[in-house]
Amino acid sequence: MTDDAKRSGLSRRSFLRGGAAGALSGGLAAGLLTGEAAGAAAATDAEAPDTVGPGPVEIELEVNGATRRLAVEPRVTLLDGLRDRLDVTGPKRVCDRGTCGACTVLEDGRPIYACSRLMIESAGRSITTVEGLGSPDAMHDVQQAFVENDAQQCGYCTPGFVVATAALLARHPAPSEQEIEAGLGGNLCRCGTYKGIRAVVEGAGGGGVSGG
Amino acid sequence: MRPFGYAAPATVDQAVGLLEAEGSEALAGGTDLLSLLKDDVERVDRLVALRGVPGLSGIELDGGMLRVGAMTTLQELRDDDGAIAALPALAVAIDGVASPQLRAMGTVGGDLLQRPRCWYYRRGFGLLALAADGRSMVADGDNRYHAIFPEGEARFVNPSSLAPLLVALGAEAVVHGPAGERRLPVEALYRAPQAAGERENTLAPGELLVGVEANVEGSRSAVYEVRQRRALDWPLMAAAVSLTGSGPRTERARIVLGHAAPVPHVATAAADVLSGQELTPETVAAAANAAVEGARPMSGNRYKVQLARTAVRRALGRAAGMEI
Amino acid sequence: MADYSWPEADRRALIGSRPARLDGPVKSTGFAKYPSDQNPSGLLAAKILTCPHAHARIVGIDTSAAEAMPGVRVVHVIQGEGSEIQWAGDEIAAVAAVTEEVARDAVRAIRVDYEVLPHFVTEEDRDGAPDARAAGERAEGDPDAAFATAHRTVERTLGMPQMAHMCLEPHGQVCSWDGDELEVHASTQAVSTLAGQFATELGVPASQVRIRTEYMGGGFGSKFSPDRWGIVGAELARKAGAPVKLFLERDQEVTVAGSRPSAFARIRAAADEQGRLVAWDSDSWGSGGLPGTGQTPLPYVFSRLPNRRTRHTSVPTNLAGSRAWRAPNHPQACFLTMAVLDDLADELGLDPIDFLERNLDLTGRADTYREQFAIAAEMASWKERWQPRGRTREGAVHRGLGVSVHTWGGRGHSSNCDVTVHPDGAVEARIGSQDIGTGTRTIVAQVLAETFGLELNQVRVSLGDNVYPQSGPSGGSSTVGGVTASTRRAAQDALREVLVHVAPRLEAEPEQLVAGGGRVFVDGDSSRGMSWREAAAQIGGAPISVQGRNPGPGRLISSGVGGVQIAEVEVDIETGVVHVERVIAVQDCGLIINRRLAESQVYGGLIMGVGYALYEEWIPDPVSGRLLNADMEFYKLAGLVDVGSLEVHMMTGPGYDERGVIGLGEPPVISPGAAISNAVANAIGVRVPYLPLTPDRVLDALAGRGGPA
Repeated sequence: MTDDAKRSGLSRRSFLRGGAAGALSGGLAAGLLTGEAAGAAAATDAEAPDTVGPGPVEIELEVNGATRRLAVEPRVTLLDGLRDRLDVTGPKRVCDRGTCGACTVLEDGRPIYACSRLMIESAGRSITTVEGLGSPDAMHDVQQAFVENDAQQCGYCTPGFVVATAALLARHPAPSEQEIEAGLGGNLCRCGTYKGIRAVVEGAGGGGVSGG
Repeated sequence: MRPFGYAAPATVDQAVGLLEAEGSEALAGGTDLLSLLKDDVERVDRLVALRGVPGLSGIELDGGMLRVGAMTTLQELRDDDGAIAALPALAVAIDGVASPQLRAMGTVGGDLLQRPRCWYYRRGFGLLALAADGRSMVADGDNRYHAIFPEGEARFVNPSSLAPLLVALGAEAVVHGPAGERRLPVEALYRAPQAAGERENTLAPGELLVGVEANVEGSRSAVYEVRQRRALDWPLMAAAVSLTGSGPRTERARIVLGHAAPVPHVATAAADVLSGQELTPETVAAAANAAVEGARPMSGNRYKVQLARTAVRRALGRAAGMEI
Repeated sequence: MADYSWPEADRRALIGSRPARLDGPVKSTGFAKYPSDQNPSGLLAAKILTCPHAHARIVGIDTSAAEAMPGVRVVHVIQGEGSEIQWAGDEIAAVAAVTEEVARDAVRAIRVDYEVLPHFVTEEDRDGAPDARAAGERAEGDPDAAFATAHRTVERTLGMPQMAHMCLEPHGQVCSWDGDELEVHASTQAVSTLAGQFATELGVPASQVRIRTEYMGGGFGSKFSPDRWGIVGAELARKAGAPVKLFLERDQEVTVAGSRPSAFARIRAAADEQGRLVAWDSDSWGSGGLPGTGQTPLPYVFSRLPNRRTRHTSVPTNLAGSRAWRAPNHPQACFLTMAVLDDLADELGLDPIDFLERNLDLTGRADTYREQFAIAAEMASWKERWQPRGRTREGAVHRGLGVSVHTWGGRGHSSNCDVTVHPDGAVEARIGSQDIGTGTRTIVAQVLAETFGLELNQVRVSLGDNVYPQSGPSGGSSTVGGVTASTRRAAQDALREVLVHVAPRLEAEPEQLVAGGGRVFVDGDSSRGMSWREAAAQIGGAPISVQGRNPGPGRLISSGVGGVQIAEVEVDIETGVVHVERVIAVQDCGLIINRRLAESQVYGGLIMGVGYALYEEWIPDPVSGRLLNADMEFYKLAGLVDVGSLEVHMMTGPGYDERGVIGLGEPPVISPGAAISNAVANAIGVRVPYLPLTPDRVLDALAGRGGPA
């Protein structure tokens, strides 16, 4: 994951090919709230950006380390773009309303609900899905721990839980109860695999899972 | 989602210009707006993406003044040690959003301006949810999560996690619009709509919330939320309090309820009870009772009156550092 | 007839051990392709238009705008003009288009005019129901006389609402036609029986319908049929001449694709001075949507209770019909019964375990329950920690303990399994079963490897495809018994054939030979043997292939289990928020094939139980007739941090294993509602009459507003 975060240092400008002016990277401009920064920015860049869409817009983003280019309508979510357009089906569509976590992916290293992000908003960014963390022959430590602790039954929530768990352990290698609550409160399972997932997370402090 | 266009302005002024056009909506974290579009509850011609607008996100602590850009994510704010040290109650309010994904995506501005979660509104019956015969679907239907302080036919609750605390602190919202900048108290962002088509916020077309400012010095504040689940769940009730005064007496109190009314509900009578008083179990209980004076619960949400009393008492206890 | 049996305990290498599930790595890496993940070339996306009204007649439907949309391939009307629609969410029309977005656009463009009719969706109000029907009355003994002379009587009105299956992978399938051959990737619990149902509806021979379910995202009783959307998906694919993916959207999944019937009852129960149950009178009702419900089996477990009268009323509503939900009828009957018995124990001033033990002769398995009470009480430190109601508190937070008992069958279903031994030593099983997350793939492999004395990775299991021998649907906790019995019989027969070929080389009789540790050798003299590879080479050029069947000879499986659970809760009496601190499950289960997977089943049952005890309910709107929480935001599942500490004791090993394999998926989900409700009553001193135990209901009970009781 830390690697993924490193890969994202690309300017967003060049990745929206449909004509929209890209934006510069964020950061609070000192004094914005008093109006100075906005005024200054407007003075240097007065021309309004084009509106792209509603038809397909060519974008580029990085998915699991590979640069992917595709044309998507602005209304296509990152989740549907991954699943329907790029055949990256690890992230699952379950609630489709930013509640259950089955679609969790990392965007520039941060866990997000792919169902609640427009794909066009991820242009120029780096996406890591559960497939990008490891493969059956070379599992990520968290994936290995999910297998060993039987932290999965039907397995449909598992991709989201694995990604959320990896993100949690990257931040807190030995999470407290409060950190577990804050880190895994955004994912739901129906079969009832929480005992195993808890074992994955709590075993982390013992060195079983590095979280990296 | 129906088809829509997408524009990514590079400046606040560009964003304001784009938002002036009818059918344009600002896109912040997207966690609420996308659901509304999917459910066909709201429709847009164009989304104006704020994610890349420089200067809209960030946190500054200048003396006792905390300034937070509207596009700052909840997680960024939670991770800002300076802001949290200056205002520990922020951590409680943000942690109430028990999902790292929502904290990573959701923004301060998005939290403040998210639309109500009323299940009638979300099913396309409108914010006021009036049936064809003019009767309130909420009053006649299932209102277990609705307002105990309805205003006219507005019976939904304001869902913001941050608004109660910001209102209790007397925070200001900074808004940019076609006519330039204006500042208003955070509570003035909200209103209770009384006619179909009216919104629950006071922003005019083209206006953009760019940030909030709060004086975090010289007061003790706290938040208490009643949530059924520890995992991601909406509070059933929330209370935020801010107390000023040196020594044991409270000079001025602000008590605000969330999830109680269509707007953050400022409990003036409760604050008055504490004015000039020491916090004791008795004064706190009196304030808690005063906080629900005038409550008009419906068929299924009487329990929320009790939750409001409890939330106020516990928030005051936290602010005062005492078990109550 | 050959002898079919499980190896003796000291000869088991794999059975009863804890190997990790074989498909764990593909699932935890996202490489497993579920039916909803299938993206064949040329795939079209399909969406369904549903009715927004709970009761209506279609007076007009116009699909022309949808048909004219670019990218739309087929528009199919499911229920046309004149149709009477009986629940919101019922399917009206379907569209296949080049993308999901276009399909949704087209669905929105279909114009339907409805004549809206009156609806009824709130069955707890039995008296307001337009169509309540008496559904059985039974009496035994003389309940009126028994109540008249009883020492203590309690009367309660209790209930639990309808709830959703909420499978994470929605119901649906990908259908592809090749000429008149149909292939369906279905999210199903019934690989072997689905084809016939598709075939009948589509007018093709079942031999031309292929069903594939390598993985599937959750099945709790609602995925046994192609359903209307399955047939419609196949029709759309046939008309479009292209594969069609049709999975329900979440709101449809919650609304129409599976719910558990509600159960309400006004119950009187009485005991004598010795704490013996003497009388029961229950007047129950409930709904499973439009079809209503059948009788709830009351009194539960204590079914030999003398002097009893039971009446039941079925209350149809304008909601989609319910489906089998994990242990059909049992969680409801368990809650209604155990809550009343718990209240009666309190009335008698008895520890509820003591009270239940005094009445175990009224159950069918007194010895099992007595043993389980002892184990569970020990695990919970019940004797030291249990106190009469309302006595354990710290400030606003009250703690309580509650207990419940349950029973289930779990006999293995009909199952055929082909086992093949190849001359190179490769061993494989083919079985038309499905792994719905319970670990079927893994336990079949364990039985296979155990029988041939091999490692788990030396055998191959193919399932999830109806080209393999038929095996029953995964329901009723019947899969583990069915598939292990058929596999064991086939494997034992195949091994015997191998041994016949090997015996001459070892100068022994086949009956003297055993397979173990990757070798075949003379029992008691391992020096007289050969490697499995060499042994397999003795069979000649052609593989040995044998089919095993269940039911069949030998004592491999049985049925009938008991279970006891204890829950510990914390209740904040100022907010009504309940948190489950701990659930202890003591489960009777016979021979366990895989300890780890068996425990996972029990944990899963407990977690689902915490869900329906505290959070889960369908919330139909009396005004619009629609579900107000057809989502995952206000239809609340328990989260990881909501379920407390879970502890499981499996009654397995010597003395239990002799019963053979018994299904385990259902029994653990039966008791949590009752045990948690009883724990809450113990904590706060009053019964909260309804599940789920939400803050409003808890505060109402504390305020003496306990519902209609």
